[in-house]
Amino acid sequence: MKYIKFFLIGIYFGIVLTKAEVISWFRIQEMFHFQSIHMFGIIGSAVVIGAISVFLIKKFNLKSFGGEDIRLISKEYHKGLLPGGIIFGLGWALTGACPGPLFALVGNGVEVMLVAIVSAIAGTFVYGLIKEKLPS
Amino acid sequence: MEFITQPWPWYISGPLLGLMVPLLLFITNKQFGVSSNFRHICAMFAPKSIKFFDYDWKKEIWNLVLILGTVAGAWVAHTYLNPTVGVGDDTYAILNQQGVHQFDGLAPADIFSWEGLFTLRGFIMIIIGGFLVGFGTRYANGCTSGHAIMGLSLLSVNSLIAVVGFFIGGLFMTYLILPYVLAM
Repeated sequence: MKYIKFFLIGIYFGIVLTKAEVISWFRIQEMFHFQSIHMFGIIGSAVVIGAISVFLIKKFNLKSFGGEDIRLISKEYHKGLLPGGIIFGLGWALTGACPGPLFALVGNGVEVMLVAIVSAIAGTFVYGLIKEKLPS
Repeated sequence: MEFITQPWPWYISGPLLGLMVPLLLFITNKQFGVSSNFRHICAMFAPKSIKFFDYDWKKEIWNLVLILGTVAGAWVAHTYLNPTVGVGDDTYAILNQQGVHQFDGLAPADIFSWEGLFTLRGFIMIIIGGFLVGFGTRYANGCTSGHAIMGLSLLSVNSLIAVVGFFIGGLFMTYLILPYVLAM
């Protein structure tokens, strides 16, 4: 039962991703051609809301609803940030979907994206295999 | 209800997407991210000899449940909330010229379908594309959720580096490779 809140937040995420049209391959192409404000406006305004939330949490030392200190941890620097980001970007423009939308597309009836998800798991597995040989 | 079923402008959907950050922090005390799920799924099955997958994935089940909820929520929206996709005329013209001829739905149906999967275009865009997404997000330690939305909300320079990488890769693919793939 402790997981039900995650499931409910996931439902919210799936609804918003779908209604926001960010799971559309066409919208991603439109973004990379800089032909609409749609995607940039969405990512930008999402970051504004996220940043305001983080700011208020830090400023007023807000607690979670469970009464705990809220953990805020930025990701560490490592040499994979840029090359890894570029590799992901290459895939993003091909599939037209980043990880969240891959799952949302399955829910939208584009079942073939299950294959893309299995491929992504394979990609992560290969990364785990050769991690030690990559600059990090 | 009409407000929900009509198309959402970006200045409504963007802030609603951004609410994922405080929702997860306040309700569950977790930071928003999606791509780690690929690692957790590997960790369920990978041999312990691969160090990268040797951790207690059961502590991360919450993230897998979140993504199952995402599939369910997407289904709810798809079934009941009348989702739409608008593509601008300029993008339509470019893609049409490059060899995309199906503009219904969320992706070109002749590529992103079971039939399309067994074409060269489908193989490259679904299987190789998916592989690059999984490899790249793990090497960069995050995706659009973890780096772009959560990371930039934390004003993290490291996340900004990753996001710049996302766009370098995406633009390189869009302008220099994808036109040839779409012409196949």
